[in-house]
Amino acid sequence: MEPSPPQDLTGMASIVTGLDSRAVASRAAASPVTQDSRWVRWTLTSLALLFLAFFLVLPLIAVFAEALREGVRAYFAALVEPDALSAIRLTLLTAAIAVPANVVFGVAAAWAITKFSFRGKSILITLIDLPFAVSPVISGLIYVLVFGLQGWMGQFLNAEHPWFPWLQTWLYDLDLRIIFAVPGIVLATTFVTFPFVARELIPLMQAQGTDEEYAAITLGAGGWKTFWRVTLPNIKWGLFYGVILCNARAMGEFGAVSVVSGHIRGETNTMPLHVEILYNEYQFSAAFAVASLLTLLAMVTLVLKSFIEWRHARLRYAEA
Amino acid sequence: MMPKPHIFALFAVLTTAIGLSAKSVSILNVSYDPTREFYHDYNKAFAAYWKGKTGDEVTVRQSHGGSGKQARSVLEGVEAHVVTLALANDVNALCTVGRLIPKDWQQRLPDNSAPYTSTIVFLVRSGNPKNIRDWDDLARPDVGVVTPNPITSGGAQWNYLAAWEYGRRKYGSDVGAKEFVAKIYRNVAVLDSGARGSTTTFVQRGVGDVLISWENEAYLALKKFGRDDFEMVVPSVSILAEPSVCVVDRVVKRRHTEAVATAYLEYLYSDIGQEIAARHYYRPRSAAVFAKYADQFRPLKLFTIDEAFGGWSKAAKVHFADGGTYDQISMR
Repeated sequence: MEPSPPQDLTGMASIVTGLDSRAVASRAAASPVTQDSRWVRWTLTSLALLFLAFFLVLPLIAVFAEALREGVRAYFAALVEPDALSAIRLTLLTAAIAVPANVVFGVAAAWAITKFSFRGKSILITLIDLPFAVSPVISGLIYVLVFGLQGWMGQFLNAEHPWFPWLQTWLYDLDLRIIFAVPGIVLATTFVTFPFVARELIPLMQAQGTDEEYAAITLGAGGWKTFWRVTLPNIKWGLFYGVILCNARAMGEFGAVSVVSGHIRGETNTMPLHVEILYNEYQFSAAFAVASLLTLLAMVTLVLKSFIEWRHARLRYAEA
Repeated sequence: MMPKPHIFALFAVLTTAIGLSAKSVSILNVSYDPTREFYHDYNKAFAAYWKGKTGDEVTVRQSHGGSGKQARSVLEGVEAHVVTLALANDVNALCTVGRLIPKDWQQRLPDNSAPYTSTIVFLVRSGNPKNIRDWDDLARPDVGVVTPNPITSGGAQWNYLAAWEYGRRKYGSDVGAKEFVAKIYRNVAVLDSGARGSTTTFVQRGVGDVLISWENEAYLALKKFGRDDFEMVVPSVSILAEPSVCVVDRVVKRRHTEAVATAYLEYLYSDIGQEIAARHYYRPRSAAVFAKYADQFRPLKLFTIDEAFGGWSKAAKVHFADGGTYDQISMR
């Protein structure tokens, strides 16, 4: 194992720099650093607050106000209606598969990229970013092109003289349904949320360097032990942060899932798709009721995120 | 905690007992946009009818969206036991592209496999402030039009063809008709992918002066949003829209649901099926049911797609295929 050369990972949202600057800011807040007059500061602050109220708080209130327009009873009725329950169940199931899968992939990818040097590393980094770069609709379409009846798999299943007749019969009897069924939705969600964990970990692990791992290996630890006892404890907060972002996106994804869903009620509708259906059926308060669940999820995500940042900043402050 | 084994046993016995007398089947109806409320009611009626006839429980699952988009997903593998789409051409694709149904599908049920019909009308804002009376008025430069995209929406294709035929009758040629339709589409404010999207754009978001809409969709909007805010305008002439239904042979053969799927579509032609259609503002084929609901269907001159355009395959090729008239007018 040789130390990896420093790499220019530009355009990356680095949790480390973000946290550091915040830690610095909180220390600086104790002593005034600006010489601006009081009214300038007040104007700027109130402008920022006004902006926040207008673009964040107001829509938030609107969602809950619309959801409760027909009363609390109607609100809960919309949530326990069978199609809504099935949408909630499918959303939770999808996240329960996609998020752990991406934790494993993300940690493995970040570990490989930051602790080792090998050929084709920059290609791997580009590939990890791919789901961010393409539109979610295209991400969904990829699976339709591969698994659709008019796509590769369908052409093979329908071929009169296939290459491997036994494989065709086996696949036919297997009756595997990928797109327009749960596996397709899970696949598309996993693809779209793939970069979140890796992208959080790479800058963090890069900043931490490989010194501690070297020390562990010099002292006789194996690779596995080094990972569990040295690397993982160092990245746990970054990992947690990546997981909640990944989860929020997995539950909220619309575009890619819409393409592979088939929109079968009570079967292949996730919560965001269910919201669209209700809205299109003029059931506005029911649509907002389900939307409010997604909003709550977003709020929980934000609270957890701030908690991690606050904790991390405190730890850094204590170290310094 | 694991459930105790005897609960499993009890469950097994119960399901076998039920299984001996009646089974429960589930079929999927892939439909177009404005039929949501109609099939919601119809599925209940059919389930009751089927239970009475065979003792079986039937659950009909639904999927809705723009007609062209829905046909596309069936072709790609959505396991539809029946399709109830906005127009024959979208059903035809299941035969020509996917070989899921036989060529003669349209002859398998009465009335060209279209159990109910509709037509294309206008929805305007209360008091008709832009004084919209007929198709001409949609071409006026001061009018904002809302209609879905004909490439993805079946309803929009009916809209387009109705306008085209009006233009052809008025200006006497296809050239004149094209000019006329191009003028209307220059006025389009928002082009949604399905009919329901256009309705919410017009009604809920308040965009545009006139919505070109299915008659049933316009009535539903009036019912949901009140006659105080909107009015329906019936043009002098319009197209007889025939939404087609079809059993998807490949799927029902594999799932052994041929009998229930066929009965599901045939029941649409029964008095009860026709009555439910009429209640949701579809024009029933049955003369008796039509007479009963006659006052809700305003009389107007209707032409069919066969009379005016020589059938759907021809109309689709000339107007909506790549490089067709719609592509030509939307280029400019």
